[in-house]
Amino acid sequence: MNNRRRSAKPALGRREFMGAGLAVAAGSAVSCSRSIEPGAGWRFFTAAEALAVEAICAQLIPADQDPGAREAGVVNFIDLQLSRRYKKHRGAYRQGIAAVDAAGRSKFGKPFVELTGERQIEVLNAVEEDSRPFFELILAHTRQGFYGDPRHGGNRNMASWKMVGLPYPPLRGREHYQG
Amino acid sequence: MALKHVNAVVVGAGAGGGVVAKELATAGLSVVLLERGRWYSAADCRKDDLFNQRTQVLGAKFGPDEERDPRVLVDESGREMVVSPSDGGYSNNAACVGGGTFSYGAMAWRYMEKDFRMRSTYGAVEDSTLDDWPIAYSDLEPYYEKAEWEMGVSGDDSGNPFKAPRRKPLPMPPLAPNREYEVLHPAARRLGLHPFDIPMLRNTVPYNGRRACMRCRWCVGFACELSARTGTHNTVIPAALATGNCELRTGCMTREILLDSRARATGVAYFDAGGRLQEQPAGLVIVSGGAIESARLLLNSKHRLFPNGLGNRNGWVGRNLQSHSYSGANGLFEFETFDDLGPGASVAICDYNHGNPGLAGGALLANEFIRLPYQFMALVPPWISRWGSEHKDFVRTAYRRTMVVMGPVQEMPMFDARVQLDPKVKDYWGIPVARLSGTRHPHTIEVGRFIASKAEAWLKEAGAVETWKRVPSKSLSGGQHQAGTCRMGNDPQTSVVDASCRIHDVDNVYVIDASVHPTNGGFNPGLTILANAYRASGALLQAWKGKVRL
Ligand SMILES: Cc1cc2nc3c(=O)[nH]c(=O)nc-3n(C[C@H](O)[C@H](O)[C@H](O)COP(=O)(O)OP(=O)(O)OC[C@H]3O[C@@H](n4cnc5c(N)ncnc54)[C@H](O)[C@@H]3O)c2cc1C
Ligand code: SF4
Repeated sequence: MNNRRRSAKPALGRREFMGAGLAVAAGSAVSCSRSIEPGAGWRFFTAAEALAVEAICAQLIPADQDPGAREAGVVNFIDLQLSRRYKKHRGAYRQGIAAVDAAGRSKFGKPFVELTGERQIEVLNAVEEDSRPFFELILAHTRQGFYGDPRHGGNRNMASWKMVGLPYPPLRGREHYQG
Repeated sequence: MALKHVNAVVVGAGAGGGVVAKELATAGLSVVLLERGRWYSAADCRKDDLFNQRTQVLGAKFGPDEERDPRVLVDESGREMVVSPSDGGYSNNAACVGGGTFSYGAMAWRYMEKDFRMRSTYGAVEDSTLDDWPIAYSDLEPYYEKAEWEMGVSGDDSGNPFKAPRRKPLPMPPLAPNREYEVLHPAARRLGLHPFDIPMLRNTVPYNGRRACMRCRWCVGFACELSARTGTHNTVIPAALATGNCELRTGCMTREILLDSRARATGVAYFDAGGRLQEQPAGLVIVSGGAIESARLLLNSKHRLFPNGLGNRNGWVGRNLQSHSYSGANGLFEFETFDDLGPGASVAICDYNHGNPGLAGGALLANEFIRLPYQFMALVPPWISRWGSEHKDFVRTAYRRTMVVMGPVQEMPMFDARVQLDPKVKDYWGIPVARLSGTRHPHTIEVGRFIASKAEAWLKEAGAVETWKRVPSKSLSGGQHQAGTCRMGNDPQTSVVDASCRIHDVDNVYVIDASVHPTNGGFNPGLTILANAYRASGALLQAWKGKVRL
């Protein structure tokens, strides 16, 4: 394997590239920082719905030694997208949240947010069976909001990227920063 | 209102259309190149892992528009759904200058000799329209070379004993190996396989005035901010424009091919960027919209002599929609395999493209491009809970310790896998949309299982402690490698275009893109589309010159 041809170093010098990189970063900071802070008022959810969604997300991706969906602001992501790309899912959320609460009430006599963690998991197991489409939807969106780019309102402080050990801040081109 | 007459109008500035525009303009023809999408640049390189051409959950960054361009999908159970580009069943590729080549992974494969002779090699396959190409590998070889050298391919296939003969090596060396390469290459050798460096339309040294790759985490699906990755948007299309003979019009959606009383094309009708209907008169019409949209355009171009759509006298337009059935395996390792050295895919084998006992065809196998954290969701094995602490813990501990080996399994064409016009649904411009229906051939799935088991064996030899397979489902196959809908053949009864890519019975309309592939190889199709476009342009120019001299 040592006699393989290696490609030569790229033509663009380190200095030149860093300049280009900064220009790009500055440009995107202006146009792309869209994440919203909690408490800033919800775009779609009622305050109670936001709490319920946050609690559901926190079971789908719980906090442990690393932040979970709650700490990473996944509910912000979902609320924001429900006023953008995911407008079509508004009805599903409104009904789905109600179904989760109803399941909590019928099983344990309380709305979802007031249940213990163990009981919440039990309710979600039932929802996964009985309200499959909504469960799949919120699971997909929770993953997107937790593992996706912070510019969409979730993954606060790049929590998940730090968790998996991705070099942070993101390097745009390895070759230009090393050797 | 008719515009100024030109020699040729090319519909679609993607892989095929870009090459045609350049070849015709260079030969002195006046050309109008119509593209429904935009011309993106390096400034559009925002690396957004939820909004790009590979992960489209928040939309397809490089088109088409999420609202304006619906399709109808009929699933296996006969259920009809209106779908948008970001929905899986839509079978999206792209809509922009460069088409798929603007944001693709840039693997640059030559098909093998047998890929052009599938029917002769394997015989008839029940319930499949499997056939030979009307041309052989040797007919395409000079044009593969032309694409490789004119556009620029890097890599080193000297270690691949299965490759078809080539006259010239690749013009650029491969990238230095990444960690996955260093693990997988020797493992393949130990198994008696023949690993080598993947050929890529990607500069590894400065080439053609463009820079060398800087190895990003985000490559496939994204714009390349250095323009080191090579598509038609940064090679042949600028070259076409530089001749002064070609005009590129973006945001222009072609509605139909205009035909005279004898069904000879007189030009096209399209909606310009401002939504106005325009007529572009032309001596030649070249359809290069990609396999689904090219078929749709022909079907939307009706005439007394072609009541079911241009070239569709025998009902073959839109048939045999195919792609690739990606199959392979994921492996979990005890050591770190992730080194963040993009683009990621680096090492391949062609040991299983042909000659697999009892099977027709096969696939190359290669390691995957870098998986971003959200993409990693698809890699979590089935025995891990889908949510809760177990799932999160797996992602945390496995993200940097997994590898994916997979390959584009060559599909058995199905007559019923097809593009039709939907009778009801229309797009933003009021044009009937594509209606997709059909399934995959069971043999394709069988080959997929075989390929997945070989991927698994390779990963195990490389030290994987756990492996899990990915095998294709039965559902219709289209998407990024879509092909086959305007089959090229010698017999007008069972094909749409002849060996020069001209529609049977119509002497001035050509289809030059992935639509014409009778079969699609066990390889990503891009380089073959480019090479065939060079070849077909040559044939077209000869026919043209013969006429013009009159
Ligand atoms: C993320 C991604 C990764 C890929 N990776 C690879 C890879 O590694 N290797 C490889 O070989 N291939 C790869 N591909 C596939 C490759 O890009 C396609 O096979 C190729 O671009 C198809 O070429 P084409 O000419 O058939 O169509 P396209 O390139 O799709 O071009 C068709 C163009 O026509 C335009 N158009 C369609 N209809 C109309 C109309 N009515 N009016 C005006 N314009 C119209 C479209 O907007 C489009 O731009 C990848 C694709 C994607 C999206
Ligand atoms: S990895 Fe290379 S080719 Fe891909 S986007 Fe980065 S510089 Fe461009």
